[in-house]
Amino acid sequence: MEAIILQVLNGLDKGSAYALIALGLTLIFGTLGVVNFAHGALFMIGAFCAVTLSRILTLSHTIIDETRTDFLGNPLKVDVPYVYGWFGESAGAAIIDWAVPLSILFAIPVMITLGVVMERGLIKHFYKRPHADQILVTFGLAIVLQEVIKYFYGANPIPTPAPDAFRGSFDFGAMLGFDPNIIIYPYWRIIYFVFAAIIIGGVFAFLQFTTFGMVVRAGMADRETVQLLGINIDRRFTLMFGLAAAVAGLAGVMYTPINSPNYHMGMDFLVLSFVVVVVGGMGSLPGAVLAGFVLGILESFASMREVLEVLPGINQIIIYLVAIIILLTRPRGLMGRKGVMED
Amino acid sequence: MSKTTLTRRGVLSRGAVAGAGLAVPTIFTGSSVAGFTNEPTGGAVTLGFNVPQTGPYADEGADELRAFELAVEHLNGGGDGGMMSTFSSNALEGTGILGKKVEYVTGDTQTKSDAARASARSMIEKDGAVMISGGSSSGVAVAVQALCQEAGVIFMAGLTHSNDTTGKDKKANGFRHFFNSYMSGAALAPILGANYGNDRKAYHLTADYNWGYTTEEAVRTSTEAIGWETVAAVKTPLTQTDFSSYIAPVLQSGADVLVLNHYGGNMVNSLTNAVQFGLRDKIVNGKQFEIVVPLYSRLMAKGAGANVKGIFGSTNWHWSLTDAGSQAFVKSFGTKYGFPPSQAAHTCYVQTLLYADAVARAGSFNPCAVAEALEGFEFDGMGNGPTLYRAEDHQCFKDVLVVKGKENPTSEFDLLEIVEVTPAAQVTYDASIFGGDLGSCNPGA
Repeated sequence: MEAIILQVLNGLDKGSAYALIALGLTLIFGTLGVVNFAHGALFMIGAFCAVTLSRILTLSHTIIDETRTDFLGNPLKVDVPYVYGWFGESAGAAIIDWAVPLSILFAIPVMITLGVVMERGLIKHFYKRPHADQILVTFGLAIVLQEVIKYFYGANPIPTPAPDAFRGSFDFGAMLGFDPNIIIYPYWRIIYFVFAAIIIGGVFAFLQFTTFGMVVRAGMADRETVQLLGINIDRRFTLMFGLAAAVAGLAGVMYTPINSPNYHMGMDFLVLSFVVVVVGGMGSLPGAVLAGFVLGILESFASMREVLEVLPGINQIIIYLVAIIILLTRPRGLMGRKGVMED
Repeated sequence: MSKTTLTRRGVLSRGAVAGAGLAVPTIFTGSSVAGFTNEPTGGAVTLGFNVPQTGPYADEGADELRAFELAVEHLNGGGDGGMMSTFSSNALEGTGILGKKVEYVTGDTQTKSDAARASARSMIEKDGAVMISGGSSSGVAVAVQALCQEAGVIFMAGLTHSNDTTGKDKKANGFRHFFNSYMSGAALAPILGANYGNDRKAYHLTADYNWGYTTEEAVRTSTEAIGWETVAAVKTPLTQTDFSSYIAPVLQSGADVLVLNHYGGNMVNSLTNAVQFGLRDKIVNGKQFEIVVPLYSRLMAKGAGANVKGIFGSTNWHWSLTDAGSQAFVKSFGTKYGFPPSQAAHTCYVQTLLYADAVARAGSFNPCAVAEALEGFEFDGMGNGPTLYRAEDHQCFKDVLVVKGKENPTSEFDLLEIVEVTPAAQVTYDASIFGGDLGSCNPGA
């Protein structure tokens, strides 16, 4: 029982990341009809927004500590962040400590701008081209973006920790009446799950309860009719691309304390996220979210030692196996709509 | 007078033989005039440095390349000479190798065996490289070593830690200065026993590829020998990024030590995840829960940040060593590049000097003469104390460092502290235990 609860919890945070990326992918596909293989790169760039803000906050001047030496035996150069001078050492340290949450504010405008520039500058030229062309150009863009990041930040992972207040883990087992230390779960992963739920809820509420969202939904259902009503649907879809980029970017920002970001992290998520989109049903936002959590939880269960002893290697294929079964039994995915990607 | 009759079958069979002959790469045929592959004839000799310039180990590859450049500079008489002044052999004079100026070409292994072989082949065939060195992966090392054996050039391995490189996959033309999984286990176990006690239950997470298997086996064997029990060993996919579903069940298993047989990005992520789950804050079986990382790399430790604090592991070399050779190298490298060298850089620098020295002592670039000069060669002054290049398997035997993540680092490079310098005798093993056949040296001609 404890193992089951534990793996469900693990699946929830993994599923949160899949769901957030798949949500953005589906938004772009549903509005613009583009299969965006650069979406994983947007997740990665979001993570590097956190790295960048962290570096900005730790911009320093150098003082010489004559009492200590560096590796060459010279007096040690010590970097002192400017924020220490501006806000005092304890307040400055607290600001640096909270770099990841603060990065949310930094990432939103960056990611929306990047999304809009990507859409207007490149992707709009491929709307009327076959999906294969769209995949090639967006995949190429993803590689360019990750190489640019590697050029500036290097190939090694860069540690970007959570604030001190959220380090460590919560003992769920003790709360539920199990022995202590049996079901533990890191605080930051709980925050990630709650954050993902808020973002997903926010996107759905935005589409459901605002006029802008209503027009976008109408455009997704029948683009031509909306345009005939004199509404500039293209501009709204461009903004939706920016919104999808921001969702992926925020998913990346909040993921940085879970795994140190590196230039390749987007590709690690991309293929799985596409499987999530297809399993959820092309163009279905609730389907993407549902499939994200279902596949995340299944992946966690497949990694259990007891399962691996019976089915060695199942952890590496479970998502694809489930995808095959679902697509064989429900060709449009869990919540796919008729007519999407069927022409 | 003979009469030649052309038949369809005869033309086909002769054509097939001729075609096969033409299809054999030139490096495998060589010239009967030349004594060996790529015999230097002008005033220069070319070395081939095959390092990961793209992919996840690109930073490690860049550090290797810096070390190679420094070694070439020193061999040609530039800079401060680095370890050439501390090296116990006095065959190198800073006038190149056998009077020939040292030049080099580089290749990108991409940390993929096929790409590494292709770039090594290109450096041998097109650029005339007489020696290949570098790399950051055992898979790559084994693949390139086999190619060099076929081609008739010397392979001076870079960072490769699997037992197989000088075990079941050893080759007469290949030489490894870096330590291996067995040595890590042998060096670590006594320190783990002294610090954590002999009554421990270990849970292994192991990267699902060759290096992971040999490291798990080495650490299991050596820790079980001091009384530890292995409660579980779970293989994790090499492509895994989030290890939470593997780490969460560890406490339920009754284990009180987690051994992470991971390297590179795997190590950074699994260690980060394990610390996030608060494993090190827990008391299990009445003992503090501990984590062990058998193979440390400073460059990788940097990626894990503060999570490495207090965690034991082993390493081939560290810039904080105080012997004259290490200090000379750190000074040369640090002055030129502004930061201390990694263990990968140290290995590549040392391998280049060792190759040059062997050529100088042999008086020839012939790989068989070089191999003979390296086999059984004992030296000092290169940073790991007295060292032997064992003739039986071409593995170096030297002191191994047991390190621990530093609690209060003074800089971004100051991440590990040396806990113990394990003497070479303690990590030496019988050359036959890992099988394999060295074969005979191939000069390529």
